[in-house]
Amino acid sequence: MYRGDFALGTLMRFLPIVTQIFLWWAIFDTIGGAEPGNAAVAGYSFHNVVAYYLLSMVSRAFSSMPGLASGIALQIRNGEVKKYLVQPVDLLGFLLLTRVAHKLAYYSVAALPFALVFFLCQRFFVGPWPDGLQWTCFVLALLLSFLLGFFLEACIGLLGFWFLEVSSLLFVYMLFNFFLSGHMFPLDMVPQPWHAIVDLLPLKYLAYYPAAVLLGKVPRDHLVGGLLSQCVWVVVFIVLARVMFRRGVRRYAGYGG
Amino acid sequence: MRMSRSYLQVLLTFARNSFVRDTMFRTNFVLECVSSVSWTLMNVGFYLIVFHYTPLIGPESGWGKHQFFVFLGTTWLINSLVQTFFMTNADDYSELIRTGNLDFALLKPIDTQFLVSFQKVDWSALSNFFAGLILLAVSLGHLCTRPEHPLVITPWAVALYVVYVLCGVAILYSLMIALASTSIWLGRNQTLYDFWFYITNFARYPMEIYNRGWGVPLWVLFTFVVPVLVVVNVPARILAQPLYPERSLGWPLAAFALAATVASLAASRWVFQRALRSYRSASS
Repeated sequence: MYRGDFALGTLMRFLPIVTQIFLWWAIFDTIGGAEPGNAAVAGYSFHNVVAYYLLSMVSRAFSSMPGLASGIALQIRNGEVKKYLVQPVDLLGFLLLTRVAHKLAYYSVAALPFALVFFLCQRFFVGPWPDGLQWTCFVLALLLSFLLGFFLEACIGLLGFWFLEVSSLLFVYMLFNFFLSGHMFPLDMVPQPWHAIVDLLPLKYLAYYPAAVLLGKVPRDHLVGGLLSQCVWVVVFIVLARVMFRRGVRRYAGYGG
Repeated sequence: MRMSRSYLQVLLTFARNSFVRDTMFRTNFVLECVSSVSWTLMNVGFYLIVFHYTPLIGPESGWGKHQFFVFLGTTWLINSLVQTFFMTNADDYSELIRTGNLDFALLKPIDTQFLVSFQKVDWSALSNFFAGLILLAVSLGHLCTRPEHPLVITPWAVALYVVYVLCGVAILYSLMIALASTSIWLGRNQTLYDFWFYITNFARYPMEIYNRGWGVPLWVLFTFVVPVLVVVNVPARILAQPLYPERSLGWPLAAFALAATVASLAASRWVFQRALRSYRSASS
């Protein structure tokens, strides 16, 4: 219905990248030029940095779950969660399917603005065209990042069984997410020893990892291993969400509502 | 004279009421302060990483690490002042228009723009003001004690800095209230915050970074048409690198900033009143 408005909104989301481009342009001008050959910042050239920002927008389109955690917490608080206890519908499964449908609808409309931006910015994608293995790992990493984002945020929402108000917790999560997922800058730039810590966290899979795979910043022999550890994180958060839901429902039923 | 006294009294009452309301839920108030400060701290983290790789932002721009942190501190000061005094009000104003409750504001025997602009004060947003002051103090300390060319801060510079920070707040306020007024024509103005974020996004960096490639038209647009680039750049430069006025546009730019402030305020007043004339209230 509001397709035009929506497409415009998606385009607007790329605007912050414009200022980031100029910021990095100025930085690279300072340290020896913005030519594609000058990979001066943690192995990234100016073109790589811009391509990275664009690709991380794609990862974010998969992994971000606006309103999921706060929605779950709200349903717990106002008792709407009872609906799922009496009906033969599973809360997490239901929400997951809703998200899938929502995301599919989103991509069908957002694909055009995304394609336009990537077309306009194609000169920033330098270096060899990614091969089959990279493309496969990229697509898989994106799908897994959707699942990871969903279950991670569902866990935070399910904390609502224990704390009535999760908005401040959610804020802390968003803060860490923004910084440590690689939304703000390529995580390779984090200096040691911090880099080792950031590398261990699951948040990097939400934005950094898929983009890095396609840009060839992940060594080839680490590609499969990286995907496997992403799978492990997804499983961990699926199990955690299930356990939390079961425990939470018991607690919820025990105390009233 | 009596007129302006009574306006001042109304303003103080607004401020006091908001303070009472804000501190009613004390834990919430503290949490809000903490969270807004942590966002800004994250920014420091980002720029620490940036300056891990480069000595300056832009060759010959003079924006080294500590100079840039003066810039960043100034950004926080201005943004927090705008958020404290105007952000909630502009948002409420769009809502008043949508619901038709603006009728009640129009009936009051006080200037409508004054009433809708100052009604609420979001005191928790002021926490970033103090964070900005601390950052300013630390980075100016570094600049004043460095071995070569230590920075000397004259009382003049401080006075000018305060004036230009206030000018920056005035420019941003004008922009915000003009944007909020457009919801009279557009109906619901959901994207006000978004729009606001995107525009001020351009103001958060030294203007020298736009001085390349297709940045020049952007620089012209955001300096002369929507003057958000002078908001932070002018005061930050006055304080952080007064020695190099020749490297940027220097005093002509500072003079332009004053003119831009006056023009923005006048333009926003005009837009506000123009919009009010088209206001037809919301039918029930």
